[in-house]
Amino acid sequence: MSRIASCFQTLRRSGRKALIPYITAGDPQPALTVPLLHAMVAAGADLIELGVPFSDPMADGPVIQRACERALRQGVSLRQVLELVRAFRCEDRTTPLVLMGYLNPIECMGYQDFARAAAAAGVDGVLTVDLPPEEAQELLTALLAVDLDPIFLLAPTSTPERIQKVAALARGYVYYVSLKGVTGAATLDVLDVGQKLDVIRRYTDLPVGVGFGIKDAASAAAVARLADAVVVGSALVSWIEQLEDEPERLQTEITGLLAAMRRAMDAGA
Amino acid sequence: MPDNIAIDFSQFPDSRGHFGPYGGQFVAETLMEALHELHRAYQRYREDPDFVAELDADLADYVGRPSPIYHARRWSEQLGGARIYLKREDLNHTGAHKINNTVGQALLAKRMGKTRLIAETGAGQHGVATATVAARLGMECVVYMGLEDVHRQSLNVYRMRLLGATVVAVESGTRTLKDALNEAMRDWVTQVDDTFYIIGTVAGPHPYPLMVREFQSVIGRETRAQLLADGGRLPDALVACVGGGSNAIGLFHPFLGDPQVAMYGVEAAGEGLKTGHHAAPLCVGRPGVLHGNRTYLLEDDNGQILGTHSVSAGLDYPGVGPEHAWLKDIGRVNYVAVTDSEALAAFHELTRVEGIIPALESSHALAYVRQLAPTLQPQQSIVVNLSGRGDKDINIVAALDGITL
Repeated sequence: MSRIASCFQTLRRSGRKALIPYITAGDPQPALTVPLLHAMVAAGADLIELGVPFSDPMADGPVIQRACERALRQGVSLRQVLELVRAFRCEDRTTPLVLMGYLNPIECMGYQDFARAAAAAGVDGVLTVDLPPEEAQELLTALLAVDLDPIFLLAPTSTPERIQKVAALARGYVYYVSLKGVTGAATLDVLDVGQKLDVIRRYTDLPVGVGFGIKDAASAAAVARLADAVVVGSALVSWIEQLEDEPERLQTEITGLLAAMRRAMDAGA
Repeated sequence: MPDNIAIDFSQFPDSRGHFGPYGGQFVAETLMEALHELHRAYQRYREDPDFVAELDADLADYVGRPSPIYHARRWSEQLGGARIYLKREDLNHTGAHKINNTVGQALLAKRMGKTRLIAETGAGQHGVATATVAARLGMECVVYMGLEDVHRQSLNVYRMRLLGATVVAVESGTRTLKDALNEAMRDWVTQVDDTFYIIGTVAGPHPYPLMVREFQSVIGRETRAQLLADGGRLPDALVACVGGGSNAIGLFHPFLGDPQVAMYGVEAAGEGLKTGHHAAPLCVGRPGVLHGNRTYLLEDDNGQILGTHSVSAGLDYPGVGPEHAWLKDIGRVNYVAVTDSEALAAFHELTRVEGIIPALESSHALAYVRQLAPTLQPQQSIVVNLSGRGDKDINIVAALDGITL
């Protein structure tokens, strides 16, 4: 069983929901990424989404855009991101890690080379924001050949037909984008999310994570009541931006927010 | 070239927007249904007699079509060689070919019940053309423009504001056209229900490269009819500048099936292809995925998109329409590049010899004509797309000549 599947199985047995933090690899500096990942796990993260910086992050709001720019200014490449994953894996062999990013750096490296290198580094899944199922076949073949889970997005605009299409290809979990917009946008509408999750679950048995618009413990707990996983990104990356020159405080604030989300999610369950 | 005779160019792109390995729909899930909705609407209305009649009437009465084809006798004589014809898209309302497309997409937006138009712009010509049709239809309009372009094309920024549009200066990334496109996509994804995104070039996700090509192909269809009426024979060569590539596709497409017509797409070599300061992905880039389609890109070894340079804001883009990528690979169109200084020399020459001030974008095509014409015979002809007029560039040219206006 893949690390992602076994993570969700363990959680389900204990009646808990997954907390999934996102940070951009190499932000604010590459040396801080691995310690931050370990600290987030210690604070209650069940699975990690690690962003691969890209020059043109079309689906992201200003907070993640600037995170990409900070990482790219230090020359963080996809290969270097894989090195960071390898370093993380030396100490943590259980927490699943998903790379999240855009297609072009992967295409530039070559699908097969990327898939092999990612699997060897200890990556568990790959979420490519600008790769809908219609265009995914070639990358999918390369990922599945090395047992990497392809993670797909669903959105408020996804029709039942599209949900079916995604469900047929997705592995690991499905990421439901809770609102029409970019990352870090307005707060989500819990009622809407609940209704859409009901529809999605008609077509897939995979765990469903919800992201976009989750900012604090209260919104995390509210989403955890509906979804299998809660994804938090921009709220964490905002702290990195504000405290990029104070690494210790940065880690304290991020772990503090995650721990508060964890408590609220577990209390609500 | 003979190998290409068998290709039916009207069959491309395929139903999912692919030109061979290029094109496609590489966008986040939220936009997929919007693209399908757009495609369905476009398929329906492109065949709809009322839509076609309204579009034709607008192109005639509002845009001023057909645009003339002008035999530049004095310039032809001076260069010695082929007869040179200018397709005068600079005489269109708003001063460039861009309006052919915005008129079409705005009519589509109206029929789809959208109330808000957004656009990206580089030189500002597409932004002005979008703001213009928005004003005419009484629709809200937001134009995204890189901060650097806002500064160097301030005249067009003011034109857009006069027309009632909101111009948003984009400060992310390299602050040019590519970043304006990112920001327009972000707007669209956020307000996808009521907003129509008018992309200004033959790039972006399917169906944009197809739709913009069809709206711009009026240029080539007219050229064909005008030349056949004039001399009874097809041109020997077509020349157009290529940024995203909409004016070039518009001129080229109706001639792709005529193997005797040679075609030259002219990219911006900026300060020179070897300096790294240019915008010539077809000449020196490689295939990748950006802005919803697979095409030739300027990228570094890690797949990060590179900043570009051109004296012409409208060509300052690291990608290119996917159909051009395909036409390059199959060898149907020759893609070449000219430098800033070659384009400026052509700008001055046409102005002085023919009394026509061309846009800096179009000046790249003219600069290549200066090389090409002397290699042809006097009975041969070249049509160059004079895609826009140069009024917007006067300040830039003056500054380069050391003159403060």
